[in-house]
Amino acid sequence: MTLETFLSEKKPAIAEKWFHLILATYPADTSNFLKNQKDRFTNPVGHTIHQGIEEILDELIHVVDIGKVSPFLDSILRVRAVQDFTPSQAVSFIFSLKSVIREELEGDKNFAVSPGELRELDSRIDSLALASFDIFERCREKLYEIKANELRRMTFRLVQRANELGGEPDAESPPERKQ
Amino acid sequence: MATKVTTPKPDQLVTSIDFTPPKTGWMDTPTIIKPGTFCWGAKGKNLATVEFPNARDWNPSDQDWKLPENWQEIFLKGMEDLLGKYRSFKVFMDICVRCGACADKCHFFIGSGDPKNMPVGRAELLRSVYRKYFTASGKMLGKVAGARELTVDVLKELWYYAYQCTECRRCSLYCPYGIDTAEITIMCREMLNLLGLNTDWISGPVANCYMKGNHLGLEPHAIMNSIEGMIDDIETVTGVRVNPSFNRKGAEILFVTPSGDLFADPGTFTCMGYLALFHELGLDYTWSTYASEGGNFGFFTSNEMAKRLNSKIYAEAKRLGVKYIIGGECGHMWRVLHQYMDTWNGPADFLEVPVSPITGTRFDTAKVLKMIHITEFTADLIKHGKLKLDPSRNDDLVVTYHDSCNTSRGMGLLDEPRYVIKSVCNNFYEMPENTIREQTFCCGSGTGLNASENMELRMRGGFPRANAVKHVKEKHGVNMLANICAIDRATLSASMDYWVPGVRVTGVHEMVANALIMKGEKERETNLRGEPLPGKEGN
Amino acid sequence: MKILIPFFAVIALVVIALVGAQASHALFGIWIPYAAVLIFVFGFIFKVLKWGRSPVPFRIPTTAGQMKSFAPWIKQNKLDNPSSSLGVLGRMLLEVLAFRSLFRNTKTQLYPGTKLTYGSEKFLWLGGLAFHWSFLIIFVRHFRFFMQDVPYPIQIVEHLDSFLQIGAPLLYITDVVLLGAVTFLFLRRVMMPQIKYISLPADYFPLLLIFGIGATGVLMRYFAKVPVVSVKELVMGLLTFSPVIPQGISSLFYAHLFLVSTLLAYFPLSKLMHMGGVFLSPTRNMANNNREVRHINPWNYPVHVHTYEEYEDDFREKMKKAGLPVEKE
Ligand code: SF4
Ligand code: SF4
Repeated sequence: MTLETFLSEKKPAIAEKWFHLILATYPADTSNFLKNQKDRFTNPVGHTIHQGIEEILDELIHVVDIGKVSPFLDSILRVRAVQDFTPSQAVSFIFSLKSVIREELEGDKNFAVSPGELRELDSRIDSLALASFDIFERCREKLYEIKANELRRMTFRLVQRANELGGEPDAESPPERKQ
Repeated sequence: MATKVTTPKPDQLVTSIDFTPPKTGWMDTPTIIKPGTFCWGAKGKNLATVEFPNARDWNPSDQDWKLPENWQEIFLKGMEDLLGKYRSFKVFMDICVRCGACADKCHFFIGSGDPKNMPVGRAELLRSVYRKYFTASGKMLGKVAGARELTVDVLKELWYYAYQCTECRRCSLYCPYGIDTAEITIMCREMLNLLGLNTDWISGPVANCYMKGNHLGLEPHAIMNSIEGMIDDIETVTGVRVNPSFNRKGAEILFVTPSGDLFADPGTFTCMGYLALFHELGLDYTWSTYASEGGNFGFFTSNEMAKRLNSKIYAEAKRLGVKYIIGGECGHMWRVLHQYMDTWNGPADFLEVPVSPITGTRFDTAKVLKMIHITEFTADLIKHGKLKLDPSRNDDLVVTYHDSCNTSRGMGLLDEPRYVIKSVCNNFYEMPENTIREQTFCCGSGTGLNASENMELRMRGGFPRANAVKHVKEKHGVNMLANICAIDRATLSASMDYWVPGVRVTGVHEMVANALIMKGEKERETNLRGEPLPGKEGN
Repeated sequence: MKILIPFFAVIALVVIALVGAQASHALFGIWIPYAAVLIFVFGFIFKVLKWGRSPVPFRIPTTAGQMKSFAPWIKQNKLDNPSSSLGVLGRMLLEVLAFRSLFRNTKTQLYPGTKLTYGSEKFLWLGGLAFHWSFLIIFVRHFRFFMQDVPYPIQIVEHLDSFLQIGAPLLYITDVVLLGAVTFLFLRRVMMPQIKYISLPADYFPLLLIFGIGATGVLMRYFAKVPVVSVKELVMGLLTFSPVIPQGISSLFYAHLFLVSTLLAYFPLSKLMHMGGVFLSPTRNMANNNREVRHINPWNYPVHVHTYEEYEDDFREKMKKAGLPVEKE
């Protein structure tokens, strides 16, 4: 039996375990909510993670095509990028997949996976992790870009300039933005 | 109480994560003020401009908030005062049964999972203080009765979470007693303001609006300049030169819109929409540079401040001698106008019941306030066939509509904008039922939380809305998110940019003007944004 | 702790009643019930008056549907966004009798790959409804103890309530439903993490107390049968202010009565006042006719504003230069 068949057969179990491990990276009160509320629109965070990992697992079964798997990683990391995680914390969930899969393997004696296959799987997961770092970084950059854009669009300096156009510079100028 | 079992399998690779902290009751879990989730503290000089007490510069991330000596007394005195003034506050403090129906209805809770962001959690933060100082059981039994002392840490927590609520009232909709956590936040912010604990992003615009007439601080000539720029753009696109007037006495109608529409894209396109529409109708109307703000950041500060800023609208209507007022597209502006303005600054008996000069429709539902919403005005025009429209000019758009919290749950303006949208564009799809109309999700940045320094918080709060947009984007190819709110236009742009790239944001009247066939217009090649119209891409 | 304190409090109450009633029937059969009713009535009135003392400065209904628009071709949702007193009455009745707001949740989609679960909020609606209605019906049924001749409507209620015709004495459905619903509401509080997080002893206590009342009641009716005639004698004595303590009433009855007394006395001090409060909630009991009918704030006061004149003083030169009309040259 190959690792491939193992992964596709065990996918639901692996997904479930992995999901719970990811949620364990949230504070307890938070993770309970994310776990228990199933509506897509009521609990978009939980839903996004859940859907993301299912799709990542589908990809993992084959040779990982980073281009294809990126959107799924992105959906998860985009959420985590605004949720008080450091980059390493945000990305760590990828690594926990290794232990989830190993646990599943140990739990099922019918499958004997060669060390070579396992190494191959590990390196696939590593490449996911590397991609994740990039994606996380991009999300953070996006945030900064949005901040900067907003400041550019709405700065009070611009307003001030507009005000000055018609007369003396205003003595009591509006507050400077702190940034 | 038993600690909940959350034992993630030991995993060498993820030891860097601080796993689940030991679970303590919320009263014993101190709040950490995290960067990205709060706005800078108010500047002393802005608070002083509006004669607020305890004006000083302070920084929320500092240990020392430079509170006055007797801050506790001030806060509690303020609370007593508000309990005596508002039945809503008193009743809401007493009757919550903690059923949790509201718990998962708040976009900040949904996006962050932080239980203190559950509406009931947010309210309990203040309720615990109420119990301690205003109920017999709380005074006697203390913690057993859910009461706690007002310490500096508790004060900071109240501040932190009062500025993580957008007063959207979604929680109130689902509560069996109508408990409105927005109302509780309003009270809490008012008390905090007694201690000078406002944010820079709110107090700056308040000071501006007080002195200069609008949040941005645009001075009279700058407003005109800005609009003149739009006039040029409209001419470029349509070949028609519109000719609005300012501070003109004797006009029939005063038009008031949020100043965000004057300065920031894509609000400016909406503003061009108003200009084009009014010109086409030959409406006898005027802008005001004194009452140049429809929005009201005072409402996010204190009742009195809100009233002070709002007073300009009626005062200016009176000075100019207009008959009635039309209000532009804005959310909280309309809650304030609809539910507060007449009570504060009315009666406006110097004005007349609004009558559309084009259709003759009498707006009796506004017979006391004498102010109508522009989508009411436009819906009536379209219904009477007074506008020549070519919706196919908007054929490149696949539109969905975001209801603003305030117009949905503080007014009930739901079908008027929909009617207008459906008349001016051909591709319209609703988002899922539990995310629209009265159940609409907040943009995540209302009530003065639309600063930049709290971007993470905004993105979390905006996620539920964005997620629903994403759904219709995937399902129907939606690429334009319409709304009737100046804050939405700014903040949803950011939120879409982050969560659902490819979806842009528009005001309703931008689409109206694009579809509007104007007298004497040239063959249009582009829309108001200067982008080629569908079918004209080649030119 | 949050659960244990109220749990032991209720146990203690039962023990006090069982032991105490042996010592003094009069205290537990007469004086405590009288005191409890007094506290309830005056406490309730006091609380409502206290709320009433604070005015309603603004008309702030939470609107939950299309408003009454300028023309009838836009259809108003008259119950969820009422513009008249009649509409408000309808909204209130729907809320109080059918828990409209709790029913509001709509579920759309579930995780792919996970099992279907029903929206727990609908369960809350159902559980809450079952609890409140069965409580009310049981309360009404008790009128057979309060009146010389059992009035016809109450006989009907009793009849319907026992239509299953099980057992002797006949089983009342509401007894089962009440105990079931209380258990559900309790378990929900303990098991759902968010609810557990916000729950206070004051949330567990009434549930446990009501469970105690229900349980003692059920025991009396179906198992340790208490002589109904004597009980009625006692109750009628209380009601006619000529209290008597008939012989042969077991301690179980006194425990039941004591728990009820506790509930009555506790009521006005607690969140149970939501029973009165819901009618005073400004987001639910007001019509959304703000632009049509003036609302007065009794404490409205003049505020300091920045007048047009001051504004023009600040900007006159700039305004003139821009071609804006000014009041003063
Ligand atoms: S829904 Fe209302 S009563 Fe229930 S917890 Fe929320 S605020 Fe309290
Ligand atoms: S008003 Fe809105 S933001 Fe505030 S607690 Fe309620 S749902 Fe959350």
